[in-house]
Formats: sequence, C-alpha cells, structure tokens
Amino acid sequence: MNRSTPYLFIAPAALVMALALFYPIGYMMWGSFRDWDPTQNISETEFVGFANYVRLWGDAFFWESFSVTLIFAFTVVVVEMVIGVGLALLLDRNIRGMSVLRTLFILPMMIAPVVVGLVWRFMFHQTYGTFNRFLNWIGDTWWGNLLGIGPVDWLGQNPLLSVIFADIWQWTPFIFILSLAALQSLPRSALEAARIDGATGWQQVWFIKLPLMAPVLVVTMLLRLIDAFKVLEVILVMTGGGPGLSTEILALRIARTAREFRELGEAAAMSNYLLMLLMLLTLGMFAFNRWTEARSRKLKFAAEEEG
Amino acid sequence: MADTNYDRQNPAFYVLIAILILMSVGPVIILLANSMRLDVDITSGVGGLIFMPTIRNYETALCDILWYEPEHLRFCQIRFGGAFINSIIIALISTALTLIFGCMAAYALVRFKFMGRDTVSLSTLAVRMIPPAVLLVPVFGLWNNAFCLDNDYGLGAWIRDTFGGRGDVCLAGTHSGIIIVYVAMNLPFVIWILQSFIVQVPKSLEEAARVDGAGPFQVFFLVVLPLIKPGLAAASIFTFRIAWNEYLLASALADRDTMTVPILIVNNASEFDGLGTIFATGMLLAIPPILFTLFASRQIITGMTAGAVKG
Repeated sequence: MNRSTPYLFIAPAALVMALALFYPIGYMMWGSFRDWDPTQNISETEFVGFANYVRLWGDAFFWESFSVTLIFAFTVVVVEMVIGVGLALLLDRNIRGMSVLRTLFILPMMIAPVVVGLVWRFMFHQTYGTFNRFLNWIGDTWWGNLLGIGPVDWLGQNPLLSVIFADIWQWTPFIFILSLAALQSLPRSALEAARIDGATGWQQVWFIKLPLMAPVLVVTMLLRLIDAFKVLEVILVMTGGGPGLSTEILALRIARTAREFRELGEAAAMSNYLLMLLMLLTLGMFAFNRWTEARSRKLKFAAEEEG
Repeated sequence: MADTNYDRQNPAFYVLIAILILMSVGPVIILLANSMRLDVDITSGVGGLIFMPTIRNYETALCDILWYEPEHLRFCQIRFGGAFINSIIIALISTALTLIFGCMAAYALVRFKFMGRDTVSLSTLAVRMIPPAVLLVPVFGLWNNAFCLDNDYGLGAWIRDTFGGRGDVCLAGTHSGIIIVYVAMNLPFVIWILQSFIVQVPKSLEEAARVDGAGPFQVFFLVVLPLIKPGLAAASIFTFRIAWNEYLLASALADRDTMTVPILIVNNASEFDGLGTIFATGMLLAIPPILFTLFASRQIITGMTAGAVKG
C-alpha cells in the first residue's frame, strides 16, 4: 500500500467539506466583524470589531427569540423523551402489530418539514382545522357544553404550543425507535436475574433497564436536542415566526435579519452565538456521556456478578 | 423463544398500538384527502373522509409538464412541474456524490492509520451540529460574491471551472451550487453511519483479496462495498431525504429556473385560494419519503440506530 492511499480516499470528501462547510464558517466569523450588506463584496466592507455582537447583546428582539428557541428546544426534547422512552418500555414485548407500528412511526420523520408545517397549519386552522372541528363537535354535546369546551385559536393565541405539538408528533417516534432498539439489546441475564429475585415491573425499569439504557438515551437526547435547534421549516410554514415574535426561533431570526433587514454582519454574529450555544451543548453532553458510560459499565458488571 | 408465554398481552396494548398508528398516519391521510378535494370542500369540510376524489389539483400542480391541457385551467400559472425536475436532479446527484465520497472517507478513517486521522474524524463529528441557518449567511455571500471573482480567489475559480457556473456569474442560481452545499452538509452524517458498518467487515477478507494481488481501490470497490450494502441503503435514504426536503439553503441559492419544490410550497402556502393545489404539491413531495418508509423501513431503522448507538 502506498503512503498516499489514505489521503486519496479522504480527499474528495475533505475537499467538498472544506469548500462548502469549513470555508463558509470561517467566512461567517470574518463577516461577523464587518458592517456587511448583501450587495457588497465582503472585502469592501468596513471592519467594525465586536460592534455586531455588542449590538445584539442589547437587542431585546434578539433575546426574545433566544428565549423562544430555548423554550422550544427544551420543552420538545423533554416531552419527547418522556413519551418516547415511556412507550418503548411499555411496548417492549411480542405484540402483533408492533412491526406495523414501527414502520408507520417513521413516516412523520421522513416527510418534508415544509409539508408537515402545511398539514399542521391546516389542522390548527381556526375555522376549518381538524382540531377545532373536533372541539366544536364535542362542544355541541351536552357534556361538552357543560364543561365549556369549544374551539381554540391555536395559531393566534397559542402559537408556541401549536408548533411544539407538531414537533412532538414528528420526532417522538425517533426516540421511541432508538430506545426500543436499546431495550432489546440489553443483556438478558441481568433482566432474568432481577425477575428471579422477585423485582416488580417498576423496579426492573427503574434499577435495571433505565440505568443500562442510559448511554444510548443520552446520545439520543443529544442528537434530538441538536436537531431541535435546527428546526425551521415547520415553524416558518405554520406561523412564519409570528404572531409578533412569539415563535421566532433564532434560525428564523437569522434568516430574516439576512434577507429582510439585509444586515449580513449582524446575522453572522447571531449565527455565531447559536453556534457557540450548540458547541457548548455538544461538549457538555459528550462529557456526560463519557461519565454515564463508565458508570453503566460498573452497573452491568455488578448485575452480571449478581446473576 | 421462552418468552412467548410471558408476553401474552391484554387487549389494552392492541388499542394503544392502534391509536399510535392512527396518530402517526392521521395527518398524512388528511394531506392525501385534501389533495384530492376541491377548495370549496376543504374549507366547508362537508363529508369528512367520504367524498368524490378529484385529480384536478394534481393537474393544476403539474400543468407545465402534462402532455394534455387540463380542461379547468385557462392558463398554466404555477410551474410546479419544473420545480419537480429540479428537485429530482438536485436530490439524486447530491445523494450519489455524498455516498461515493462518504464511503471512501469512512473506509479510510476505519482502516488506515495516517497523519491527521483524529483531526479529520473529530471535525467530521463536530460539524454534524451545524444548523443550516448558520450556513445561510456565508453560503449566500460566498456563492454570490467571493466565488464569482475570476482569479482573485483561486478556490472560486477552480470551482467554476470544474462545476461550470453560468459564464461570468456565480455558483448561486445553479444546480451545482445547491448540490455542493448538500453534499457537504450530508457528508458528516454519512461518514459517521458508514464507519459503523465498515468496522464489521472482517479484515481477513480484505487481506485475502490483497494477497491475491488486489490494490487498495480494488479491495474497496470489489470486496468492501458489496458487504456494506445495507449501510449504503440506509445512508442513501437519509441523504436523499435531506436533499429532497431541504428548504432554507435552496431558497437562498436558487433562482427562478433552479427552484425546488419546497421553495414553491413555502412561497405559495400563504395564498389560501389555491389550497387544494398546495396540498397536491405537498403530497407529490411526500411520495418518495412515503415509499421509502413503506418499503425500506428496516434499512431506515438500522441506519437510525447505527447513527446513535455508535456515540
């Protein structure tokens, strides 16, 4: 084997990534220090130091969309983890229909976010949306009337909740499928031993299954969290970031700052903030992952000894 | 299967599964139903799921590539058909390129020890977290300005010569401009997934081939590639899906002639008079992913778990 062979194998991928990923990121960092608008070539723009970053620091709109992003991402991930892992624990058995469920559960993830947004916007529509029609129907029954059930202004009054619903629909299956795979690859001996020792269902879940699944769950959560910060199209189509700024996540704000306000420097600085946040999350999660892996190895060992 | 007895279930589980299936498919059925209804029926909602289906919305959507002229149309206003062709070209080419480059890189990272290997594999992992929105500004700037200059930027000139922009103009507004972004964006994920498949290929097979006189590229293409077909299938589905569905970067780079379907959907989604047509387009965009789901769900699940478990 020639010494240059590995580099020949790497070269095409490295070249494309350098051109369309690393170079642009560097370019963005450079641009974030400049007063830059889309009609100019960047080398003709004025160097302004940290002005863009400082301006954002005092920009209430930026902080608003920053907090919307955090609320959206964390709510979505927590709810999806609870439902997804819960369902996996519940349905980890030989039941007819499971394979159908697993197949169809992928559907929401595969369909274009743009289309998902389209359908959910329709379903949440004030007058002819699916949900309000259903609520109307219940409101017409005597007990629904008694409870005061009626149509809700989803996208107008509860926009963040609505987009969170759509995301939960789309991505809970992801967590379900990954945790189911994790569950099914657990060492049989540990579960068997626990059962023989008389552990109840809850005890098995709490002391054996969840600790052993932990490494996979953390990675799943990390992947999901990173993806939750990438969400854009669903929200764009459903609410367009509105009403007001109520659903304007950072990704949308970046796009708007660049396109509508034509402040490329500021948008670049904002992108950098988002990137730093994600970097922090990734590093934190990796550290945590390493820690749980060491811990679960100990647990697995203990469980095997006991058995 | 000693567990079969243990797993005899009470009917509540079947009900739960049925509800979950309904919940995941429901919105897709609504999409399909609405795409075959007239606008009046969508907004009035008469009849629920029982109605006379019509293909009129699809005719409107595809009017510019149909071989006949639909009766209900006076002129072909929206050019969805052209966008479909763009979407297909961009998704297919970028998937093919991503897979070829990706499996070569993954192979090198798994099998060869070389200088800078750790740097490459770490940076591949790190860039997976980059959101498309972060790429929006620099890619827009580069594709429109920097990569256009004739010889000032050597890199830009090279790209233009290789992929062929339109004369003096830039990467922006060409198919290649969008394709190269998608390839770069998908490579980290594909490399990550394929690594976990290549690790499983027994080394002895490769060594045997090498003893028989095969060079490294022959070993790779003739021995390794056929063995990681499931991984390639999973990776290609994921790559295709992202390239097919992506909106943001395409909308920044495409012009009138290179527009993809998601862009058209977003641009027209706010006009409520063409509701049925929009749903029909959405359905057309959703068909390939739906087919993948129905016929390759096993590969998709394998790919998803391989991508996560190998953390």
